[in-house]
Amino acid sequence: MIKTFDVAAIRKDFPIFETGIAYLDSANTSQRPRQVTGAMMDYFEKFNSNIHRAAYRIAEEATVRYEATREKVRDFINASSTREIIYTRGTTEAINLVAYSWGRKHIKKGDLIILTILDHHSNIVPWQILAASSGATIEYVDIDDRGELRLDQFHELLERSPKLVAFGQVSNALGTINPAKEMVAAAKLAGATVLVDGAQGAPHHGVDVRALGCDFYAFSGHKMLGPTGAGILYGRRELLEAMDPFMSGGDMIKTVRIEGTTYHELPWKFEAGTQAIAEVIGLGAAVDYLSALGMDAVRAHELEITDYAYEALSSIEGLTLYGPPPSRRAGVISFSLEGIHPHDLATIADRDQVCVRAGHHCAMPLMTRLGVAATARASFYVYTQKDEVDRLVGSIKEAQRIFK
Amino acid sequence: MSSSPADDQFYREYILDHYKNPRNFGRLEHPDISHEEDNPLCGDVIGMDFRIKDGVIEEVRFHGRGCAISQASASLLTERLKGLPLDEAKKISKADVLGELGIDISPARIKCALLSLKVLKIGAYGLAGDDEDEE
Repeated sequence: MIKTFDVAAIRKDFPIFETGIAYLDSANTSQRPRQVTGAMMDYFEKFNSNIHRAAYRIAEEATVRYEATREKVRDFINASSTREIIYTRGTTEAINLVAYSWGRKHIKKGDLIILTILDHHSNIVPWQILAASSGATIEYVDIDDRGELRLDQFHELLERSPKLVAFGQVSNALGTINPAKEMVAAAKLAGATVLVDGAQGAPHHGVDVRALGCDFYAFSGHKMLGPTGAGILYGRRELLEAMDPFMSGGDMIKTVRIEGTTYHELPWKFEAGTQAIAEVIGLGAAVDYLSALGMDAVRAHELEITDYAYEALSSIEGLTLYGPPPSRRAGVISFSLEGIHPHDLATIADRDQVCVRAGHHCAMPLMTRLGVAATARASFYVYTQKDEVDRLVGSIKEAQRIFK
Repeated sequence: MSSSPADDQFYREYILDHYKNPRNFGRLEHPDISHEEDNPLCGDVIGMDFRIKDGVIEEVRFHGRGCAISQASASLLTERLKGLPLDEAKKISKADVLGELGIDISPARIKCALLSLKVLKIGAYGLAGDDEDEE
């Protein structure tokens, strides 16, 4: 049996809800509980110092807590070793790291890179830059009318022996949950290196990178209750070992001599300069928080809210929903209203303290594919309550009244 | 919240009217100036076509898609531009456009309100206009 949790009790951990907001933009960035900000404040107020360098007590404490996050994350995604857990600023930096350090070495003229039309700009632009500099080509897997990837086309593209396949586990714009395991297996069989963008995956359901079988997995802390500025790149050890550093400078070296430099071992080879210490500690607290809730319970709660919201929104006249049915989507619902631009809806919702996203969601190719400039998007997380969805429905009706 | 549409302080009646019934909407054949800009925040696009005769804007049309604020602002601007010497049009300021809209624009929506002015400025000068952050 899946354990459940008490949302009202959870909300007490999030002081921001005392302001009275209905927060329906967690796919953009989540809120952070006291446990996370508290762990960061502890660092600032009790053992603020630099890590890996100083030989005094508080610096040792900082180093221990900073490194402790690595084991928590390793366990959270079931990687084999903490050496495979690289701290980055977020998903974007993690993907750029792979595009730069792995891509420039391995992607050559004429090579094929497969992406999907659902992808976030952060999993498109780094590959476009790499393709432009290397002479590689990019193909995008299309979607069907329900906003789900066309696997028939994906399998056809795999026959062209791609060098790299990179895709989002969950679409940030439509909420579509892609069949990642099946896709990774097929791509590996075709001989490709595979990167999974887990920015919208890791926060919402349990991740097991070994079962998934991907070579790289990237995600951000700030979408899973952690602070901004701390994210993760998981990479298979032999791939990471063979890669050159991304950023270079202090802390990523073993020895620096005028004649040349030898690099630090994994994972520190990829962590140059003073790191986001408080943020990494905060990310560790966020992983603890989610682990205590249980990721199955997190997903079950999201499904319940998504079902409720899907039902409520479907019943509104003049509202178009995008993407698959709730059972095959994460806690994200994109929609448009006839005669009302998403920005106008967002402005009207904001008057009622309802925070909802309007725009292209950093997925302009997908918006073009859907034939819209922008959509409104409501997204949910562990603290979302049904009354917040009700408030959104109220704002939509108010917008319809104004624009009638 | 319980106000009637007519007295909404932001979505005022004339703004909604310009949004639903935009003036000078469409394209011109063989325009002397044609320019398009988008709002990178939301992907909205506004374009303008101008026919110029003896230095005066004889005809103007705008096209594109966007929110009520960007569309109403563009519609209002074209009304002012028709029959205006191009040199005068170049002098239209952000304050003029915001004044004409007559509502309190939040920082998040200011780019919507000024998108049509940006199209005018870049179109008229043939170069990048001044950025909205300036004033």
